[in-house]
Amino acid sequence: MNKRKPYVRPMPGWWRKNPYFIEYMIHEGTALFVAAYAFVLLFGLWRLSQGEAAWNGFIAALQSPLSMLLHLILLLMIGYHSYTWFKIMPRTLPPLIIGGKRVSAAAITAGGFIATLLASLALLGIAWGISQ
Amino acid sequence: MTDQTMSIEVMRYRPEQDKEPWLQSFEVPYSDDMSVLQGLQYIRDYLDGTLAFRWSCRQAICGSCGMMVDGVPKLACKTFLRDYPGKVRIEALNHFPIERDLVVVLDDFIDKLESITPYIVPKEDKPLSEGEYQQTPAQMDWYAQFSGCINCLLCYAACPQYGLNQDFLGPGAIALLHRYNQDSRDGACEQRMELLAAQEGVFNCTAVGYCSEVCPKAVDPANAVNLNKTAVAKDYFLRFARPKGGCK
Repeated sequence: MNKRKPYVRPMPGWWRKNPYFIEYMIHEGTALFVAAYAFVLLFGLWRLSQGEAAWNGFIAALQSPLSMLLHLILLLMIGYHSYTWFKIMPRTLPPLIIGGKRVSAAAITAGGFIATLLASLALLGIAWGISQ
Repeated sequence: MTDQTMSIEVMRYRPEQDKEPWLQSFEVPYSDDMSVLQGLQYIRDYLDGTLAFRWSCRQAICGSCGMMVDGVPKLACKTFLRDYPGKVRIEALNHFPIERDLVVVLDDFIDKLESITPYIVPKEDKPLSEGEYQQTPAQMDWYAQFSGCINCLLCYAACPQYGLNQDFLGPGAIALLHRYNQDSRDGACEQRMELLAAQEGVFNCTAVGYCSEVCPKAVDPANAVNLNKTAVAKDYFLRFARPKGGCK
């Protein structure tokens, strides 16, 4: 008679049992805020298509305290999402070899942050230039 | 040995009498240089000879002694009791069925390992008289890191996607698959592509990244998996532009 009786462990609440998985769930969760902001922008586009009055209404709504608070939350969440995204970037790239040496994971992550910073500053500059 | 002791809680599961695993506590004499594996060996030699666990080399080469140490996948030989002052909990490797105590059933991984053609298939056979298949150190660099895998399966124990769906090819097998695909002497890339592109292939991975975190040999299986997401996407779309074949 076969005495084998392998035991398969269930996995309820698996992500709460390891800080690494909790962080993973949080950074995946912040993706919802990225989607939410995309919907805000789409909504703006839709209002724009309805004419000047609708567009001005959208702009006015953006300036309300509630909208400011929402945008602040969105900024923080999307900022955190980007941070985790760049943190995992070295794991998604083929070996990057510059001058015969392999670029370190930390340098790739830092490169991502610097690129984001420069792109954000450029965007701010352009927006400021248009508004003048 | 010193007079100091510490308690080691060990997962027990005896299929002929236990319905489910449980924890048994042992008081073990402890010194600064003792590994978790030595702690278990002390239990088996002096306290309870029925405790079952796998081990062989004691130097992080054989990959036999993977287990959960305080909930984290570790090699017992490479983990020291001094880092767990007072008490430590040892359990069987997560996500694998438990055969007995700390011994898990590896059949699933062995099947997956066989499926990836884990050896070099020469691009074209040449007679022995023409000599070796040669490779430069630079060509070797492309796969050397991934060839460090010792099949210890810590990465599988770290992967919730594998735990939730055992059909997933998983980090270790994909890292080894990548090792052979990256080898300049190998020509079986296309036949392995079928495994990567399958539902249970690379896209089952959601980039948790914990597999690379726990790898005792710095193989970085998450890197192998994620590089192959790009490779699969390229393979899928480029077939419209050029005939199949030549994955690199």
